[in-house]
Formats: sequence, structure tokens, C-alpha cells
Amino acid sequence: MNNDKLHTISLFVANKPGVLLRVTIVFARRGFNIESLVVSSAFDGRYSRMTITAKGNNNDLEQIVKQLGKLVDVIESKENFDTSALERELALIKINVSIKKRQELLQIVDHFKAKTIDLTDDSIIIEVSGGSEKVSAFIDLMAPYDVIELVRSGKMVMQRGSESEVINGR
Amino acid sequence: MAIKSKSGAKSLIESLEKCGVEYIFGYPGGAAMPIFDALYDSKLKLILVRHEQGATHMADGYARATGKPGIVLVTSGPGATNTVTGILTAQMDSIPLIVICGQTISPMLGKDAFQEADVFGITAPTVKHSYLVKEANDVPRIVKESFHIATTGRPGAVVIDMPKDISSAPCETTFEEATMDLPGYTENPSYDLSQIPTMAKLIQASHKPLLLIGHGAIISNASDDVLKLAELLNAPVVTTKLGKGVIPETHPLALGMLGMHGTVVANRAVAGCDLIFSIGSRWDDRITPADISKFCPGATKLHIDIDPAEINKIVMPDCSVVSDAKIAINALIPHLKPLKSSDWLTYLNKERKKHPLSYKIHGGLKAQQVIDELWIQTNGDALVTTDVGQHQMWAAQFYRNNRSNGWISSGGAGTMGYGVPSAIGAQLGCPNDIVISINGDGGFQMMMCELATAFIHKLPIKFVIIDNKYLGMVRQWQQLFFDDRLSGVDLEGSPDFIKLADAFGIKGIRIKRPADVKKKIKEALDYNDGPVVIHAEVVKQDNVFPMIPAGGAASDMLIERPKKKMEKPKGST
Repeated sequence: MNNDKLHTISLFVANKPGVLLRVTIVFARRGFNIESLVVSSAFDGRYSRMTITAKGNNNDLEQIVKQLGKLVDVIESKENFDTSALERELALIKINVSIKKRQELLQIVDHFKAKTIDLTDDSIIIEVSGGSEKVSAFIDLMAPYDVIELVRSGKMVMQRGSESEVINGR
Repeated sequence: MAIKSKSGAKSLIESLEKCGVEYIFGYPGGAAMPIFDALYDSKLKLILVRHEQGATHMADGYARATGKPGIVLVTSGPGATNTVTGILTAQMDSIPLIVICGQTISPMLGKDAFQEADVFGITAPTVKHSYLVKEANDVPRIVKESFHIATTGRPGAVVIDMPKDISSAPCETTFEEATMDLPGYTENPSYDLSQIPTMAKLIQASHKPLLLIGHGAIISNASDDVLKLAELLNAPVVTTKLGKGVIPETHPLALGMLGMHGTVVANRAVAGCDLIFSIGSRWDDRITPADISKFCPGATKLHIDIDPAEINKIVMPDCSVVSDAKIAINALIPHLKPLKSSDWLTYLNKERKKHPLSYKIHGGLKAQQVIDELWIQTNGDALVTTDVGQHQMWAAQFYRNNRSNGWISSGGAGTMGYGVPSAIGAQLGCPNDIVISINGDGGFQMMMCELATAFIHKLPIKFVIIDNKYLGMVRQWQQLFFDDRLSGVDLEGSPDFIKLADAFGIKGIRIKRPADVKKKIKEALDYNDGPVVIHAEVVKQDNVFPMIPAGGAASDMLIERPKKKMEKPKGST
């Protein structure tokens, strides 16, 4: 069952109340769990961009993408395949760490081009961004430390090149 | 001098008038009072129902009979939640339905106000689209959009949730000036006819073709086109339950309904065809096996549907076209020549003769005889509404529809309580047609309150109750698959339906003996001063055959009651 692949679905939607509800119902109706969800207003405020990752088999996902496309408030619905799009994710990690062990931690931070954004005598908050695999690898390396809080933004996706999915003037 | 503006409610009613609405099916309440007040001055005819579920099925029956959207107006909270079953029924069967609900005042939303319910949230999974109105000035646009969405593409249900302060607030905009803002909606979702020549080639290779016609062809008004296609190809036609009547069911190429309780010949055709061509059907689980690889094994599968999400959902077709049925058929016809299907048709005609739909006249009154007689005496031209259960399947088998709007039955949702109110909507929409409402004793009692609505409007509907004193379809399953352990199916102790009709002021006719059927049906059909209730006391133990157990393939069909014990079916219900 859990050979199911992680899929990334990219939606361009009207920026209206209730749109998120309609979108999540399409997943919930099939008992699908949404792994991550990023929603933000597209640049002119009338539309929003949603990037959703969910696990499932290809046929179910094809249906979900089509059913999302049928929603009146959804302007475009498509699955993003890894090759065609840039993906980025950001994570914040809060770690209890003594001054003694701080230095080795900072070396890992440096290696991943992550950033320290808060520092006290006994704790540190790290910001790491990049592809989801890089972010996950960094989080795995934090396992030996006393991680007390972790938050990931979820995946954001953008097509390479001059192609735009944003629809103007409609 | 300021121009006196009208209220949101007044604007709503005027917009409905401008959309050509004739009837509103409704029930009032506090949050809907400004809207009912606006109705006072309107030429729209309000049909005051007895239960909001009844209003939705009436609007649905009206829509199926006329092709125009049905309009419902109810109040907030329980008024609105009572419409949910009707919304599901319409949405599942692609029926244009617009439900307008009163709502508490905007500042009280989400604060557990009296008769408040999150109607937007409750209905969201089962609508095509919905609105929570936040500005009175939006009302004309929302009405315009609602009609467009409900009636175009694959039709469906739209909910408009209208807070009371919005219906009371001034609306400065007009219906004429309102422009729709639906960037995410195209009524003709990417018609792509590029596959038509490929489809034609696959069709021409067939010697054992079969057309599978669904409700989509009826919605598309493609009856004549389907007939032309079938006759051009010499291809037999099976229909889904909601495709009934798309071509006259007495046509030599019409094999009847396929699937769970379809005709033997229809299911033989499914089992033996080398090409199955679905037009406007969604390969529902009443007509396809749970193991889809057993469906028409070896046959080429073609699919035309207006809804792209139906392609590859159940069946992976060899070739598909996303289009309105009528447009696609007409694009296809110039590419086609008659097929050499005479051996196939000969085989099917033999099967048809060998296994006709039949019943025995002796040994008590049979539901089939009552329905058969209704068919004979109305020549297949009546509008027939049904409830859900055994009587529905017998009606589907024995009432051979001549007309494509003549079969009004809850398909996808299988909603009990549909039969009585849907007939009221159908009769209002088609006042000059004979409307027959065929019900079981179970479903009839779910919505029998609406007899009052039929009586008040003197609608000459023939309400038939096929009374076997059982919830027969469930009992049939318990007998076949659950070792005859009857649980929750005994309906003894129901009211005397003739006395009940009398209490509503409605004429009652009781049929008990097979010999009386002809005379009594004639009496009912001749009576047109108002509704009539025909109480047919049929044998208790009859079951519906042929039958394909749920999830089974056409080759698993039972032509009569099996001698040996059956395994529980694996399919969905």
C-alpha cells in the first residue's frame, strides 16, 4: 500500500472564501491525506496559487487532478513532474543545544548553507531552504540533537523558463 | 433626488423572473422572510410544499421533464439541511437545480444563531457550485452565474446561501448589467474532436457492435442522433437506467436496460460484443463488474463524455472524446458506413425471444402486470416517475418509454421518497402529459405528505403504490445472500392507503385481483379532476430477475431464482 508515490499538484484558483474547502474535500472524500499544502495570493490578489503534495497511486491522482479542474473556482489544475519545475521548501528548526556542542551544529548549518536566525545560551533556531530532499536530509542530520520544534513550509513549485501559468486580465 | 433602490430579495426574485423561471418550490421560515415578501408582488408561482425534501424532488422532476432548471427556496438551518438529500439526488444525476436558502444575518454567522447551519459547508461536497452572498449588489451576478453553471456543460446543483441582512439591504445593480466572472469555468470543457477519425476506424472494424447510451445523451438532446447512428451502423442499443427512452424502447435495435436488473438480451450483448461504445454514460457500478477486467473482455471500448473526469475513471477506453454527445455523434457520422452485423443481430434476436421479460398472471396480483398494463394503456408516452426499489426495477423493465424525457427516476443516489414529489414537478412542467408516479409502499410513505401539494393544485397524477408490505429489494438480497435472515424489512401495519388518500381528498382505487387490472387502470387514467391513488396489493414474495449480483459480470447473470445458496456479493452495495 505504501509504495504510493508522492505527487505534487499545482492549482491556480480564484482567491475567494471557501476555495480551500472545496479543494480539500476532493482529497478527503477518498480518504487521502494531504502531506503538505501551500496557499498564497498570486501577484494581483484576484487569484491564489496552491501547491499540494499527496501520496497515492497514479490513477487516483489523475482523477483527483481532473476533479479539481472541474471546480468552478479552479482555473488550472495540473500535476507537476519533478523534471519540469523548480521546487523549494523552507524549514525552521529549534534545538536545545549547550554552548559546548553548538560549534559542531553550526558546521552542519554552514555545510547546508542554512542560517541561524535566533541564538540563546541554550537554544538555536535554524532556517534551511532548498529542494525537499535537501531539507529532509538536513532534518535527518538533526536527529541526534534535542529538536524541540520543527516547522516546514511545504513545497512551492514554479515552472522553469519564460512559461507562465499566471493568467492575466481575466 | 436619489433613486429608490430595491432590496437584495427583490433583486433576487426579479433576476429569477428574467431567467425565465416559472415555478419556485418552497417553504418559508424566519431567515427567508424578506424573500417570501418579495414573492408577494411577483408573477412567479410559488408551490408551497409540505417538506423541503419534497421541494427539491419537485424541482428535480420539473427539470427532468422540461429540461429547464428547477428552483427551490427554503429557510435557514433545518429548512436548508432538509434539502441536502435532494441536492445529492440532482447532482448525482446531473440535473440543473438551484437551491436558495435563507441564512441568519451576516454578523451572526458562525455564532450559533437561531436556525443557523453552515449550509455552504454542509452542501459543498455535493454541489456543482455554491455561493454565500456577502453583498446585495452581487445578487444579480450570482443568479446569472448560477443559471449558467447549473444548466451548461454537465448540469448540476447550485446552492445560494442568502443572509437575511443581505436580502433586506439595498441592491443598486441590475440583472442586465451584471457580468459573469467565472474564469475557472468553461461550459464546453475542451471539446476535442481530434480522435473522431480514430474512433470511426475502430467502429468500422467491428462485427458485433454495441451502443451503450446513458443520461448524457438525453441531456444533450441527442435522441435523434443516437437513432441515426444506430440505424446507420446496424448497431444494437442498450441503455443505462437513466438512458431509458433515448430511442423508443420498442425499436428493433433497442435491447433495453443493461446491468444488475437489465434484460437478458442486453446483458448477453454486453458479454458477447466486440465493441462497446458508451455515449454519455459513466460506466456506473450497476452496469460494470467490480473486477473491471471482466467487463466486455476483449471488446474495443469507446467513450464519449462531456466531463473529462469521467474518462479513465472506471474503464480505460481504447479511444475517447470529451464532448457534448450530440456534437460528437454528428462529427462521427460522416466517417461511418454500415457494419456487417447481421449475424450478431440474429443471435441477439434469438436471445431476446428465448428470454423475454415475463411474469405469470395466475397466483395473485403481480407488480409487473400493473406496470405492463399502464404501459399498454398509455402507449409508452406517459411521464413515469419512480421511487427506489423492486417496483423501480419492474417499472424500468416493463414500462417501455417512447420519449426521452419520459423516465424520471433517481439513479445515482437511489433516493427513496423521490417518486411522489418528482411527479408533482413533472406534471407542473408538462401539464398536458399523463404523469404516472410508481412507488413502493416504503418510499411512498417517506414523502406522502406531498399528496396535499398535488391535491391543492388539482394535478391529475396517477400515484401508484406497489404494495407488497415489504422493503422488497432489501428482502430480496437477504433471501439470496443472507440465508433468508429477514431483518428490518417487514412493512406490515402501514396505513390503509385508500383511506389515507380519502383524508387528503384524493380518489383512491384499489387493485387486488389480476382480472381487475385492466379495468381499474383505465378508470384511473380516465380520471383527470385531480390526483388518484392506485393501491395495488401485490403478492408479497416476488423478486426481481434477471439479476447480476453486485460486482458481478454480465456472464454471472441469474435469469431466475437460483436453487443453490449464493455467496455475498463483493460489489458496492
